[in-house]
Amino acid sequence: MNNALPAIVNELTAAFESQGSEFRGQTSLLVPPRHIVSVARALRDQHGFDMLAALSAVDYWPQQQPRFHAVYQFKNIAKKLRLEVRVPLEGNEPELDTLTEIFPNANWLERELWDMFGLRIKNHPDLRRILMPEDWVGHPLRKDYPLGYEEVQFTFNFEEIEQRKPRPKD
Amino acid sequence: MTIQQIEITTDELRHLVSGRAMEGETVLLNMGPQHPSTHGVLRLLLELDGETVISCIPDIGYLHTGIEKNIEAKTYEKSETMTDRLDYLNTMGNNLAYCLAIEKLVDLDVPERAQAIRVIFTELQRISSHLVWLGTHALDLAAMSMFFYTFNQRERILDIMEMCSGQRMMTTYFRPGGLWRDVPDGFEETVRAFMDDFPRRVDDYETLLNKNPIFLDRTKKIGVMTAEQGVAWGITGPSLRGSGLAYDLRKDEPYSGYEQYDFEIPVATEGDVYARYWVRMQEFRQSLRIVRQALDKLPKGPFRSNNRKFVPPPRAELGTSMEAVIHHFKLWTEGFSAPKASVYVPVESPRGELGVFLEGDGGPRPYRCYWRTPSFTNLQIVPLLSKGHLVADLVAIIGSVDIVLGDVDR
Amino acid sequence: MGIESKLGNLGIVTTSLERVVNWGRAGAMWPMLFGLACCAIEMMGSQAPDFDMSRFGMELMRASPRQSDLMIVAGRLSRKMAPVLRRLYDQMPAPKWVVSMGDCASCGGVYNNYAIVQGVDEIVPVDVYVAGCPPRPEALIHGIMTLHEKVRGEKIREWA
Repeated sequence: MNNALPAIVNELTAAFESQGSEFRGQTSLLVPPRHIVSVARALRDQHGFDMLAALSAVDYWPQQQPRFHAVYQFKNIAKKLRLEVRVPLEGNEPELDTLTEIFPNANWLERELWDMFGLRIKNHPDLRRILMPEDWVGHPLRKDYPLGYEEVQFTFNFEEIEQRKPRPKD
Repeated sequence: MTIQQIEITTDELRHLVSGRAMEGETVLLNMGPQHPSTHGVLRLLLELDGETVISCIPDIGYLHTGIEKNIEAKTYEKSETMTDRLDYLNTMGNNLAYCLAIEKLVDLDVPERAQAIRVIFTELQRISSHLVWLGTHALDLAAMSMFFYTFNQRERILDIMEMCSGQRMMTTYFRPGGLWRDVPDGFEETVRAFMDDFPRRVDDYETLLNKNPIFLDRTKKIGVMTAEQGVAWGITGPSLRGSGLAYDLRKDEPYSGYEQYDFEIPVATEGDVYARYWVRMQEFRQSLRIVRQALDKLPKGPFRSNNRKFVPPPRAELGTSMEAVIHHFKLWTEGFSAPKASVYVPVESPRGELGVFLEGDGGPRPYRCYWRTPSFTNLQIVPLLSKGHLVADLVAIIGSVDIVLGDVDR
Repeated sequence: MGIESKLGNLGIVTTSLERVVNWGRAGAMWPMLFGLACCAIEMMGSQAPDFDMSRFGMELMRASPRQSDLMIVAGRLSRKMAPVLRRLYDQMPAPKWVVSMGDCASCGGVYNNYAIVQGVDEIVPVDVYVAGCPPRPEALIHGIMTLHEKVRGEKIREWA
């Protein structure tokens, strides 16, 4: 079961300038952004990874090179294999190619990346905010976005917070 | 944060509805966030031609809680309380996924007794979640008495959870390394009493619905999904098993000792609403089977790992051992640290594949905790399945895909 | 109801009228389905046979705000949902009451972040706060009983 993965990783490493690594039995592949669509297509067509299980991103601010890692989890149901693919992205407004032609469920997953991290997805059929309201400014899951922590009302600061807190008129 | 005025015009949504909508031939209806049949705050924009749905655009985010960002601000053990509230019908399953991810990341062992009790509670939680699904799904399809029957049985399971952890729903009973505390006396008798009584209840439910002509009319041949469609759209769980593919993470990638238990995976082939209903009814029986085996084999031993770097020592030890005091102090003030690496741990929740992607940075707080939630991915297929059906069928389809909005919006 | 408030305190006539009207309002208060998150499941649980709420007059939950007079805000209110809540509250005809069920609705609960409104009383005026995460069905029923007592104590001057 796990023996097939190193062969696949080696083949992809040779073809797409990527590098594989392993941690606690889970294999990860680092792929440059220009090759992600070809890697996904190769995984689906040649190696049988027919499900995109998860798509997320990690923000490494204040490091800029790379600032984001987009993390894809692919699953081969027939052979019970799982592979993680990481794509390093640089800068504050990086662009990433869409995978919706290969895996249709990437539609909402990539919309969430745009909404939460500000990763612009090229050629996405419908790039809008998905979880935040449409007129929200900012991308909440970035590390330089504040948590939005509100000061808790204890007895010592009750009055001053009470004046600022919005209350309905009726 | 400032809110700026952005014009949202219909041009932006034009590509999502058919051309007839713009001419006024079809009606654009808003099935708003507050609706009795949408199982939570889900907003659907429907384009209707009479009663037939031409296209359906879900609008989510009305329950977005920012849990992932909040987890990054707390230590590993403290953030576990937030994980309960994601998929609030599968609270112990969420705890299990999170604890498994932490244990994998820091390489922490879990004793056998804790694993068996975790399995018992996860399966009881699965039964409880399917009971709520059955009650609300049948309620939407106008079989109201099912709601009362299923919630009555659910109270028995909540009593068991309250007996062990003190809380009915948001238990946080599983902790990294095992359980919070051992099960009390009377646990085994209560669970056995429940298990002896429950099979005839499942038979009752099937008698009420399986051959009911109204129920069959409303569920047969509605929302048909093929296995290829399911896999391409990332559908997992009973929704995919209703289309013929026997994919269950408890068999594929077993965790927490599931490989020791003997159970089957129910699979239906038609792929319609009735098939998904049937699969979940059979899952009741399989879950009972697993609970019975786990309870029969329940090993004796510790209920939490002994690794004091991650697990606080019992209070009795603090009086005698200096290391215990130091460990206690370290864990309470700073919390344990995880290496600078990432893991992805999938478990089988009642809705599908629930995955936790946990990345540590060497410090006491998670650097990134992403939740791959099944309802978020499963909801994407509702617009596809509902094309050409009536609005009443849309309600049945949403119920059969079994979404929980806490899961979708996180 | 308008004549009494203009005539003022007529002694036993107004007090009896108050008692009758308040008894009517408290006896059959219909809640509006506004379950948002986990507290909604406990609200459904308190409607279910084990902790029946219909013995207190809440036989059915009306989904339409126009036909209900009690809004139980059950669950966490996100910033995207807040305008919807206000709109539904405005659509309810007077007399109307609001019960804030659970910690998230009362004060923001576990979540102190960008996405959750820190207490529903920033948006709508709340009559009874029920604490708990989620509150037991018995706690919710206790909150409803408190609201009934509050309603029974209302005077003619305060009627909407």
